[in-house]
Amino acid sequence: MARSRLGVDGWIALGCVALLACCAIVPGMLAPFPPLAIDPTGAFAPPSMAHPFGTDDSGRDVLSRVVYGARDSLTIGVVATLGGLLAGTLLGSVAGGSRTRAFGPLRYAADRFIEALFSFPGLLLALLLISVRGPGVASVVIAVAISTAPGYARMVRGGVRQMLGSGSVEAAQVQGDSTARIWRTLVLPETLRPVLVLATLGVGHAVILAAALGFLGLGTPPPAPEWGAMLNAGRPYLTKAWWLTFFPGLAILTVGIACTVLGRALERREQWQ
Amino acid sequence: MAVTSTIPLVRVEALTVTFPGRELPAVDNVSFAVHPGECVALVGESGSGKSLTARALLGLLPSSARHRGAISLGEDPAPANGSPAWTAIRGRRAALVPQDALGALDPLRRIELEVGDALRLHRLVPPSGRRERVVQALADAGMPTPEQQLRRRSDELSGGLRQRALVASALIAEPELIVADEPTTALDAGHRRRILGELRRRVREGAGLLLISHDLASVRDVADRVLVMRNGRVVEHGDPRTVFSTPAHPFTRELIAASPGGKPRGSRLLSTSTSTSAAHRAQPAPKPRLELRGIVTGFGTGSLRTPVLRHLTLEVNAGETVGLLGESGSGKTTLLRVALGLHRPEAGRVLIDGVDRGATSRADSRRMQRRIGLVPQDPLDSFPRGASGQSVLLDALRAAGVARAQRPHRASALASEVDLSPELLHRDAATLSGGQRQRLAIARALAREPELLLLDEPVSALDVTVQARVLDLLDELQERRGTAYLLVSHDTDVVSHMSDRVLRLEKGTVSER
Amino acid sequence: MVGAAAVMCIVATLAFVALQLIPGDPAEAALGGPGSQASAEALAAARAEFGLDRPVLAQYADFLWRLLRGDLGISYAQKIPVAQVLAGAIGPTLALAGISLLLAWAIALVSVFIASGHSRVARTIASALDLIAAAMPNFWLASLLVLLFTGMLGWFPAVSTGGFHGIVLPALSLAVPTAGFIAQVCRAGVDNARSAPFVESARARGESEAGVRLRHIIRHGIVPGLNMTAWALGSLLGGAAVIEVIFARPGLGRTLVNAVIVRDIPVVLGVVLFAAFAYIVVTLLTDLTIARVDPRTEARLHRVVAGG
Repeated sequence: MARSRLGVDGWIALGCVALLACCAIVPGMLAPFPPLAIDPTGAFAPPSMAHPFGTDDSGRDVLSRVVYGARDSLTIGVVATLGGLLAGTLLGSVAGGSRTRAFGPLRYAADRFIEALFSFPGLLLALLLISVRGPGVASVVIAVAISTAPGYARMVRGGVRQMLGSGSVEAAQVQGDSTARIWRTLVLPETLRPVLVLATLGVGHAVILAAALGFLGLGTPPPAPEWGAMLNAGRPYLTKAWWLTFFPGLAILTVGIACTVLGRALERREQWQ
Repeated sequence: MAVTSTIPLVRVEALTVTFPGRELPAVDNVSFAVHPGECVALVGESGSGKSLTARALLGLLPSSARHRGAISLGEDPAPANGSPAWTAIRGRRAALVPQDALGALDPLRRIELEVGDALRLHRLVPPSGRRERVVQALADAGMPTPEQQLRRRSDELSGGLRQRALVASALIAEPELIVADEPTTALDAGHRRRILGELRRRVREGAGLLLISHDLASVRDVADRVLVMRNGRVVEHGDPRTVFSTPAHPFTRELIAASPGGKPRGSRLLSTSTSTSAAHRAQPAPKPRLELRGIVTGFGTGSLRTPVLRHLTLEVNAGETVGLLGESGSGKTTLLRVALGLHRPEAGRVLIDGVDRGATSRADSRRMQRRIGLVPQDPLDSFPRGASGQSVLLDALRAAGVARAQRPHRASALASEVDLSPELLHRDAATLSGGQRQRLAIARALAREPELLLLDEPVSALDVTVQARVLDLLDELQERRGTAYLLVSHDTDVVSHMSDRVLRLEKGTVSER
Repeated sequence: MVGAAAVMCIVATLAFVALQLIPGDPAEAALGGPGSQASAEALAAARAEFGLDRPVLAQYADFLWRLLRGDLGISYAQKIPVAQVLAGAIGPTLALAGISLLLAWAIALVSVFIASGHSRVARTIASALDLIAAAMPNFWLASLLVLLFTGMLGWFPAVSTGGFHGIVLPALSLAVPTAGFIAQVCRAGVDNARSAPFVESARARGESEAGVRLRHIIRHGIVPGLNMTAWALGSLLGGAAVIEVIFARPGLGRTLVNAVIVRDIPVVLGVVLFAAFAYIVVTLLTDLTIARVDPRTEARLHRVVAGG
């Protein structure tokens, strides 16, 4: 009953996400060639039956590299989103919390800290972190997590404030429930449910952000397949071999659209219930 | 009734409105006419089809609706629903006074623009002269200091003032047909009188009025003819005096019985259970359950400070009902929050059974809390999302300190006390009707066996008959348990019917009435 | 205003903390990293030059004081003041971001106009386009635009050094995803207004469908979009980092990426602080603008101050 409310678009998006997850988990089953297999004689082959996405400057099969690239890109996206979510929830809960005398200054500090983090554009914050830590996958994950955290923190803050002013919290206070119990049974579950749904959308943005860093050559080092890095590698050959640029980008776009559509379908379902 | 010889302003013949996917028509074969200088009233509960009938007259039915039957305005047939031809008619020949659902005026536009819109749209008055007309229209609708309201927006106005602005915006172009959809719901008696007075004045000047209301008292005062609607059909019609004094249809009788206006304290509205008359009630020496002494609260500091309660003093004795009347924004909610210990006053003391709330330990304060219950204004908002009635009651019993094994048994006892069937208890509380939710909220408040119940507008969102059943229930519970009530409401009739004493909250203090 | 100052202060502190977190010896980094085999005397000289031999709190106070005067330190790589490095780069980037923002709003307004209309088909198509636009990575879009307009049509250059001709493709690449976001937010406002009671009141006064659309629905759609302007400008400044690299365009973004690669931390910090500062200023400006379009915010501000 509840599942059918996902809608046609939601189901298609879920299918896309499932397919991408398969690429990430068992790329060997879907990719026709190993991602690093070089074939100097077959470089720059345009898309054909044998190589549906063509081959690159070293004759590697682009389709296989896109499939294997899902592993890095999606792992970075998902892990970074979880990290951002965790940090955001902690910050947002403090900033949304009650205005008692003891807690007030902490609340104010958390509030301003969120705004300060939010005032750094995501990509720039990520670049700052990478320049401090040096390039690499771990840096990209941390950077993306930190740049997405303030967004989640704002959402959690709003949700917590709304819940603290709601009738259900008032009813619990009237019947004498402790603050800890109210947070555990009402405030956190009700606040996190919509935030988790929006995190689905967030994975798409995290993947795009991570790909931008890869594109600047700051993430996964070559020749490992990663979508952003592949776009970077294909850039000198843009007019000669458009497929080197087109297909990895299409993969990023697909992740972005699928996550957004799925997130919205879940949100719709959420509001229905 | 001498006006029937003229051509009616609007004539509706065999109007039927259906929605695809719904078997029963929302409006079923309704016919009537409104003549100049006449007021016709449609009376019924929510879902009776009265609002849809009104919208059909102005071509404002939702696009998913299908309708049959003939509507004519004057001598011409009305344009099709949603046709552009309506723009010349609406606001000029026929106007709608909508029910204020907190947003019937655009919150981004000034009152001056919203009220003067009809003049601009129908090119009646050049821009230079509009302000004067707007001020006049606002003054006619009873708006205090109309010049000062021009630059304000709808959400800066209180409910009563907003409703007057809505009346002004509908009447400014002097339409010959006025359709007023519940124009006085949620307003207190003073505002209601002023708005009905203005509508009545227009009728005397020759306009036709279709008044939609569930408030029988105002219909009796204003209408020349009344149509009682139920489930889309007109079940009875005629002169209001005749209809209300000798109702022919059982539903009309129920409606009349359900209105609390003029019914003495202690009498039942719809319930057939025998009631102890007020004289027979146990009258022990007054023993205060709740005392508020010199309460001062306000928001903000310095020049921005807005006082809410100023040295408010009030007490509620064991077993009695104190009614508290006040408009929205008068501080009713703050008062209740202070009594419940959710808001700490800047000055003053809260005593429960003679013990000062501020001078007790946290544990004592929590024990004290068990003696007061709250029935909130919006019960649905007060239930955790997705919770069933059963889980709401079990949680309340847990908080009341009832042993786990006892809880299911006690929950069904509470449910039967408020007449909620066990089958309803297992449904998501969001799927319950308004009356059922209110019963659940009352049962939850009773879980702690409180000696005092704070009732915050407990029936304001309910239809008259549902309201009557909830009020009867509260009366019965009070007799059985001896619980004291502090009843907060804007509805004078409800408060006078229910209360031993009536207080009015105004400008942060209370006065006896 | 107090809030904005507090935020700015935290932003500066964060920047200082980032400086402290750099692994290894900052003096060594200043001399070209661990590979540079700098002598002990050179290191000591560098420490004294950058004030690195003083206690952390003194360095912090010093850092804040210099920041207040607009002194962002000296570039490790170029050995000239950071402010000087940035000064030449700010203009082109602001021009790019500004034009992109205007372009994004223009595209978003078209979408809002369609969203406020009656045609269900047009609304669905516009909604799908918003979705695709918002999910479009700007660096990929840039490549596709170069492929189409430079490679196939030859209308615009792939290298953007200056002039109007060169700014079209970079601005478009930045504007499209931003427009997608703005349009999605505005669409939510439009859909809420469409079913609001005041729309029925307006119709009941005799307002035409076009009037309802222009005077009520679209206005309500634009307000949430305006709220995003500061965010949009920030994300455009961020996006400029990638786009300027692609189009070999001088500007803050390219300066930043080059600095990240050689780990020239003072320059990186300077760019990031500038972007944060711009965000805070634009937030203040949009709040003032919105208070004119939507007086509710003004009333709300009062209420927040008064009632909390």
